[in-house]
Amino acid sequence: MTHNELPLFYVFHFYLFGLISLISAVAFVTRKSPVSAAMWLVCTMFCLAAMYVLLDAQFIGTMQVLVYAGAIMVVFLFVIMLLNLGHPSELADARGLWWKLLAGAVGLALLAQIFAVTKARLPEALTLPENTIANQVAKTGAIAPIAGPLFREYLLAFEVTSVLLLAAVVGAVVLGKRKERAHAR
Amino acid sequence: MLAEALFFSAVLFTIGVVGVLTRRNAIIVFMCVELMLNAVNLTFVAFAQVYGVAGQIFVFFVMTVAAAEAAVGLAIIIALFRHRQTVNLANINLLKG
Repeated sequence: MTHNELPLFYVFHFYLFGLISLISAVAFVTRKSPVSAAMWLVCTMFCLAAMYVLLDAQFIGTMQVLVYAGAIMVVFLFVIMLLNLGHPSELADARGLWWKLLAGAVGLALLAQIFAVTKARLPEALTLPENTIANQVAKTGAIAPIAGPLFREYLLAFEVTSVLLLAAVVGAVVLGKRKERAHAR
Repeated sequence: MLAEALFFSAVLFTIGVVGVLTRRNAIIVFMCVELMLNAVNLTFVAFAQVYGVAGQIFVFFVMTVAAAEAAVGLAIIIALFRHRQTVNLANINLLKG
């Protein structure tokens, strides 16, 4: 989509969700309590899901809500509450002034670098005609443009992902197992 | 919308990096890493609009790997908490000598 033909409400909402995501990301980094930090991160992820939808990635936006804001953050909250991380000694966890200055300097340098990279000219030969994905979505629905390539060109990667998930499940169970049982043997 | 999305993505990524550097709670550091992954996902989705749907498929895989990473990482944090009764990274200094 070119910029000048976008309707105003589209641009407005993109900036709105972007601003909310930035504000809640800052709140997330600065909160002392892990639970409220996790809640702000959930807010950031919802805003990102809205931005995905505005960028013609409806399926990815749904997955963002279901997998990230739903499953992954619930696991985080579950662990925070399981470990009962709320007592005052755990709350004051920000590093000292020198670390903060270092982090600010690294952050500014990184930001400058990323902006320099985004100023680079994009290869014109690879760009699709405008609204290609929006037209595809309008023609075949939101899932078909992703499902087609996912189960054809990227089928091997998809299958390897299932092995990765199995390995992660086994690894999590092994790591989370109580050690007493190992001693008893 | 590409330039705006790249702007938001860059700032979110930087906030994540600053969070990793300034916090000592292992779980919050871990959530900052998730924020960085999300920022990169936004870049992928924005570029997918211009260069084709492969970017969205990559986001799909990034989400899968992030889920696996969260499961294993949180299991490591629980195991660590069982040994040291803390998730503060300043107290986890066995390798410091």
